Amino acid sequence: MSRLSVADVEVGTELPERVFPVTRADLVRYAGASGDFNPIHWNERVATEVGLPGVIAHGMFTMALASRVVTDWAGDPGALVEYHVRFGRPVLVPDDGVGGEVTVRGRVAALQDGGRARIDLTVTSRGDKVLSLARAIVALA
Amino acid sequence: MALDQELVGRSYPPSAVYEVGRGKIAEFATAIGAADPVHRDADAARAAGYPDVIAPPTFAIVLTLEAANVVLDDPQVSLDYSRVVHGEQRFTHHRPIRAGDRLVATTTIEAVRSVAGNDMLTTRVDVATEDGEAVCSATSMLVARGAA
Repeated sequence: MSRLSVADVEVGTELPERVFPVTRADLVRYAGASGDFNPIHWNERVATEVGLPGVIAHGMFTMALASRVVTDWAGDPGALVEYHVRFGRPVLVPDDGVGGEVTVRGRVAALQDGGRARIDLTVTSRGDKVLSLARAIVALA
Repeated sequence: MALDQELVGRSYPPSAVYEVGRGKIAEFATAIGAADPVHRDADAARAAGYPDVIAPPTFAIVLTLEAANVVLDDPQVSLDYSRVVHGEQRFTHHRPIRAGDRLVATTTIEAVRSVAGNDMLTTRVDVATEDGEAVCSATSMLVARGAA
């Protein structure tokens, strides 16, 4: 892949929508890879004891999934130079053989000096917004 | 308990060196489902203009989460960790983290606020090579929910 050119981008360009299934196994794998072993991300008993409806995804896992929509579109994971999210509602990941899901949509909100584009992301799980103020700055070729 | 405004600007000693391995980058990429060969194949990374395989954009959390624990271990930071949730996260990349990097993380308290009984603590972890080249910054806002 090669990095997307600024000539191919305009304000309002929509990024391809993606739906990511999320299972308990995904959360266990992410816990190991990231070093975040908080039991609310894999242990139903602990999650419900602290008042959650059940096991939830790491916010950082959701943030990482959303980043893939941007980096796959940009054609280069190194193109993402700034990335911010606010964590809202949790992504519930039930142990029911199906799991949870994260849906990510993105749109070019602004073009900036230096060939950079601001992408505003809409990230939902079962219709609820789970990230807000989710924005990525991409350095285009 | 409200956090002391005097904490703002407090910086902690740099972390031990973290050496970034190709295997760790590949493991993290797999965990987030990132299939791009620049995370696994050094030749593909070089073809894309990088000296070695590069990490996905949120990989820095592997170092910065642990580095920021120095704040929670500070006896003057009275944050009830059992009530802490991750409120916001920001990454600013000067260049991608890559295999072979020897990184040092330095943590600074950027802001403290209390809103509606919730304490909010913002920490910034600056990641640089041990030679001093700035690589990225990770800013995390933690919220300690007030007792109901």
